[in-house]
Amino acid sequence: MTDASQRASLSERVLAGDRRALARLLTSIENDDPLGEQVMERLFPHTGSAHLIGITGPPGGGKSTLVNEMIRAYREMGRSIAVIAIDPSSPLTGGAALGDRIRMQEWHADPGVFIRSMASRRFGGGLARNALAVAHAFDAAGFDPIIIETVGTGQDEVAIASLAMTTLLVQAPGTGDGVQTLKAGALEIGDVLVVTKGDRPEAIELARDLRNLRQLGLAAGSELSRWDTPVIKTSAARREGIDSLMNAIAAHWSWLEETGEMEIRVRTMINTEIAFRVQDALLQGIRRPVTRDGGMQRLVERVAAREITPLLAARELLTRLSHNDTPP
Amino acid sequence: MGTGQELMSASGQSRPIRVLVAKPGLDGHDRGAKVMARAFRDAGFEVIYTGLFQTPQMIANAALQEDVDVVGISILSGAHMSLFPPIMDALRDVGREDVLVVAGGTIPTEDIPVLNDIGVAKIFGPGTPLQDAVAYIREHAPDRVDLP
Repeated sequence: MTDASQRASLSERVLAGDRRALARLLTSIENDDPLGEQVMERLFPHTGSAHLIGITGPPGGGKSTLVNEMIRAYREMGRSIAVIAIDPSSPLTGGAALGDRIRMQEWHADPGVFIRSMASRRFGGGLARNALAVAHAFDAAGFDPIIIETVGTGQDEVAIASLAMTTLLVQAPGTGDGVQTLKAGALEIGDVLVVTKGDRPEAIELARDLRNLRQLGLAAGSELSRWDTPVIKTSAARREGIDSLMNAIAAHWSWLEETGEMEIRVRTMINTEIAFRVQDALLQGIRRPVTRDGGMQRLVERVAAREITPLLAARELLTRLSHNDTPP
Repeated sequence: MGTGQELMSASGQSRPIRVLVAKPGLDGHDRGAKVMARAFRDAGFEVIYTGLFQTPQMIANAALQEDVDVVGISILSGAHMSLFPPIMDALRDVGREDVLVVAGGTIPTEDIPVLNDIGVAKIFGPGTPLQDAVAYIREHAPDRVDLP
């Protein structure tokens, strides 16, 4: 098969709903294979209609269990749903144990559900470098919504919020007192705040603290988003709160459409994705020459000997790169 | 990277080997599968761990969606002769007959040729160091270039 006909055939098969072809395309995309890139160039005009939903929150907070309940709800509505479940790669070996799928096994015979695990491959921000491209492929294949479940994150990983139309921030009870909800960071980026494990007594208190956030903001005279962030308490064990959550997600979509915020949000998403690509290409371009000639190692030794500061080492590296070792 | 845990992709770039680790059958012993997953993770593989009580259809569907290079099956129940044929059938049904299937657990030597015949590439019996399985996978995980 020629390259051109291979690209054409793979994209046609994906558009026709061939799951084997889709799975293989996702692998190509994940591995920066030129085939994946070229097929996506053909498929991209078929994207843009799916509701991209990000889910973030600390490890063990119940994200995967919540996603499983959302799959059930979307299937009852007759919608095909794709899930991108990201788990961390080892900083030591590059290996990964991807275990989110274990909570979503009851859909194995349902062609309307496609779950793909991705290792972060040290990308950072709770994401994987090609997670968005994988989401575009699912979009072209007709899945809507597409859920991106991030790596379990801490207080400061907020990238997903500028890459999804609706971001759910999951918080489990028992992880701190009311002061935690006053801190800046992740809590500010949720379009819907979800208190999981709602059958636990501390969940009531946490939900109340989160609802107070907006009141505190109003009292402080801060400029607040026009979207009044709902706080939803769920219990997957008791199958409670899922209907309210689905209503909140649908309400956020309607709000985006009706207020014109959707146009802004979509452009923010595209902007962020392009910026990520540029950053990544620059970093890769820097890493290669630096590791090749051992220049990095010499600088590390000089900093270790306290001859120069890390900032000075970085400046030296950048100067050298811009002068004679331009990234490809 | 560069520790030998990668395959070459179609573009000639290296990529991590993806392995599905599954534990079929009705017994609740998942230690073998967890140890296998841990050894593969530490070898630099990307392991999709699906845990206990996997049916052949669950294994096949995960192998399809995750597009893994390898399926690693842990069996400690003694039911391997009845569990493997439907697993191999299910993989074929979803078009994943190309995947490298390896198994670990309590499988007697005399059963090994029979399982090899139905497509189980390699069986690591009790007492086999997991490093042997890692080395075997590194050597045999298929270089996949094109769809059938």
